[in-house]
Amino acid sequence: MTTTATAPDLMVTPATRNRRAGRPARLGPLLRRLTGDEKHAPSAHSTLDVLWVLYDRILRVSPETADSPDRDRFLLSKGHGPAAYYAVLAAKGFFPEDWLDDLAGPESRLGHHPDRTLVPGVEIGTGSLGHGLGLGVGTALGLRAQGLDLPRVYVLLGDAELDEGSNHEAIAYAGATGLATISAIVIDNQSASHGWPGGIASRFTVHGWTAHTVDGRNHDAIETALTSRRPDRPHVVVAVVEPKE
Amino acid sequence: MRDTFTETATALLDDDPRTALVLADISASSFAPAAGRHPDRVLNVGIREQLMVGVAGGLALTGLRPIVHSYATFAVDRVYEQLKLDLDHQGVGAVVVSVGASYDGSSMGRTHMSPGDVALLDTLTDWTVHVPGHPDEVPALLRAAANHDDRVYLRLSTATNDLPRPAAGRLMVVHRGTVGAPLVLAVGPMLDPVLHAVTGLDVTVAYTHTPRPFDAAGLRELVGTPSPAAPAVVLVEPYLAGTSSAEVSGALAGVPHRLLALGVGRTDLRRYGSPADHARWHGLDAPGLRRSISAFLD
Repeated sequence: MTTTATAPDLMVTPATRNRRAGRPARLGPLLRRLTGDEKHAPSAHSTLDVLWVLYDRILRVSPETADSPDRDRFLLSKGHGPAAYYAVLAAKGFFPEDWLDDLAGPESRLGHHPDRTLVPGVEIGTGSLGHGLGLGVGTALGLRAQGLDLPRVYVLLGDAELDEGSNHEAIAYAGATGLATISAIVIDNQSASHGWPGGIASRFTVHGWTAHTVDGRNHDAIETALTSRRPDRPHVVVAVVEPKE
Repeated sequence: MRDTFTETATALLDDDPRTALVLADISASSFAPAAGRHPDRVLNVGIREQLMVGVAGGLALTGLRPIVHSYATFAVDRVYEQLKLDLDHQGVGAVVVSVGASYDGSSMGRTHMSPGDVALLDTLTDWTVHVPGHPDEVPALLRAAANHDDRVYLRLSTATNDLPRPAAGRLMVVHRGTVGAPLVLAVGPMLDPVLHAVTGLDVTVAYTHTPRPFDAAGLRELVGTPSPAAPAVVLVEPYLAGTSSAEVSGALAGVPHRLLALGVGRTDLRRYGSPADHARWHGLDAPGLRRSISAFLD
């Protein structure tokens, strides 16, 4: 793995923190309302723990501030399999929980890919992979141009999504220009067909990003990794979870 | 037109803090002075067109008014999905300003040609398309586009008419034939070749620099009450032949008419040469237009 003194890829191991609490029990029933799946545990959703940590501990956004110019932006680039995203948004009150009962129905606002114009709290509509990071870079630049220094832009991607070349345009540009108000989170469930020899973090650090690789189920480790960043560089957290079944 | 665009966009960046320019290296040197004054709003992402449009979408999501600029083939063809998803699907807009219309870049070959840009935008939602026929038509179009949040395509060309007609946002009669005379619609820089081509013919020539939204009401008005013979309409566009045929058909639904749609052919000619050469090869110079129009009206 490419690691330099100025762009470290720090492995924050589960052992660095020991608290694993935090994901509320009600997320399970919310997910079951969406999927009708009684068999799999909530942890079958690769993004669930990262999403919960973001909305519970990191993001400065709430249903009341969902349209505030000063809010943090969370952009779900990996728009497929958004059940965990919907469950977390419902749990946080962005929309009524009964919206979860008719996923992708003809009158439903919730589909198998989210549409920002239909769902409160959803910043971008995604599904086709490789669009979120470019939109996130533009969002960070737009906030900066308007003097909005407080908001941070978080973009969640998947390891297989990184196959799309458009991501690498955004990674290179954000790194080269030191766009320090953007954080990427890559959920790594080892689903990329040809893998990422040398690791995922190195794809970012070679362009000047700082990177942390963490246990994508350990809430404290995720929080620490998201907040341990430098003020002059974009930041990525690679959240490793179980390999995709 | 390109210089006029540079001057107007530079002034807009000075005057309106909501505007931002996103480049992918093309024209970056021309905008160096503006970039010096507005480093946060003149953004050159390098040779990364997907990112160029993605950034524009992100800027628009924060309330800015992005202007995106490159060769047509890079600003439309190459980034079709970004236009579709990063702008249309997000419910935001941008002003996309292209150079290298159709075969303006003929000496560089097919890789730098884009006759299909307007047809591609026709598959998307609510794009206004401006095809100015003279540099003096450009400033007002760009300033108006910068003043709202909708999706606008401004297609600049090295081909120009002798006279500007800034008021031609809707179909404007430039030459009037007798009542019931065939109607020739010329878009952007096709007007002068059309006027030369129809010299001595009894036709009405109407011009617009804004083919989208198409002036359906204006067309119906020009066609008027059909005479016993079905009226003849000739469409002359500087991009893919037939691009506006569906618009004409829609405008004249229920009105018997005949339509000849002229424009750039689909075939990759695999030839270099000048834009004038390509106009001739596609039958879009005055003699070629004359032949096609005369054969149709005979």
